[in-house]
Amino acid sequence: MPGDDAKPREGSVANEFDWAPGDWRRDIFEAFRAADVRQVAYVPDAGHASLIRACHADNAMKAVVLTTEEEGIGVLAGAHLGGQRGVLLMQSSGVGNCVNTFSLIRNCGFPMVAIVTMRGEWGEFNPWQVPMGQGTEAAMKEGGFVVHRLDRADEVGPAVAAALSMAFDGGTPVALLLSQRLIGAKKF
Amino acid sequence: MSEMTTAHGIARRPLVAGLLKDRPEGLLVVTGLGSPTYDVAAAGDDPRNFYLWGAMGSAVTVGLGLALAQPEGRVLVITGDGELLMALGALATVGVQGPRNLAVCVLDNERYGETGGQASHTGSGVDIPAVATACGFREVRSFGKSYDIEEARRFVREAEGPVLASFKIDPAEQPRVMPPRDGHHLRTRFRQALLGNEAGLTG
Repeated sequence: MPGDDAKPREGSVANEFDWAPGDWRRDIFEAFRAADVRQVAYVPDAGHASLIRACHADNAMKAVVLTTEEEGIGVLAGAHLGGQRGVLLMQSSGVGNCVNTFSLIRNCGFPMVAIVTMRGEWGEFNPWQVPMGQGTEAAMKEGGFVVHRLDRADEVGPAVAAALSMAFDGGTPVALLLSQRLIGAKKF
Repeated sequence: MSEMTTAHGIARRPLVAGLLKDRPEGLLVVTGLGSPTYDVAAAGDDPRNFYLWGAMGSAVTVGLGLALAQPEGRVLVITGDGELLMALGALATVGVQGPRNLAVCVLDNERYGETGGQASHTGSGVDIPAVATACGFREVRSFGKSYDIEEARRFVREAEGPVLASFKIDPAEQPRVMPPRDGHHLRTRFRQALLGNEAGLTG
């Protein structure tokens, strides 16, 4: 129901959720729960699909669907002002949409974690994804983020936990780039 | 006509001061860059004001994240038509979340006052209240010159949200009243006022 207040966490929703064996998206979700992430702002994305479903299913999290990625920077700034932790899920093509709003993070020191599924690299069939995909790392660094690129499934969970600590304990914005090699190139 | 209106519309400073009059503890304010920031500062600086000096288009989304995090509080976003038009999709995002404690107040002068008074879309027929209705806002009102400030104050502070109130204001510029511009300071003092002195850099 829209507008319902968050309820206290109980049990592990992840255990009831239909994850594929060894799915690193489950590791991301568990890292969110362990770090008490309460708002997950996202733009719909195939690479994040099962994670987004799990966040919707967790009654202690607000999954906030956006019309465009820059909205997420504002939502997470507001979440922090209100005392909650949030994370932004998006695709590399959306990074360019955020550039002006990155000024919020830099000027105010908002803690921010963005988890970015990559397009426009390893095996990309669609050349329209390439310019933003190839520019993502530089754009995030220009925006003031510390950027970690992840290529292996076993490093994802620890990297998310480390990013959440770096942002919320240390005040440093972190972007995690989930490489197309990790996710698997989209095919049509 | 009282001090609340002019021949050209609602007087913006008495309006904003009236919306914030006798402010309760839990009333949190986010302003859009430009004149709404100066209007809110003119009504009295307060650590529970978060002024945007940039990131144009972000006022509604900052208000949304804050409203979701503080369901017991009341969040007023006070912004202009130009700032809101830059991110109309944010109204759709608010509609989907449906926060009962969020009110968006649009000071609509049908122009971009900060940049030389160029006409905005609202002067050419774009109807922000109708957009908000279509996006699923629960209550939407448009206030003109004959408005009653007490009714407007009750509406934005008490009506079940998300609500949007559009005020057709006199476009005349007002003397600038500058609140602090240091974002780190604004963020930290807001969190300390809301969450206690322990809430500093991190969270």
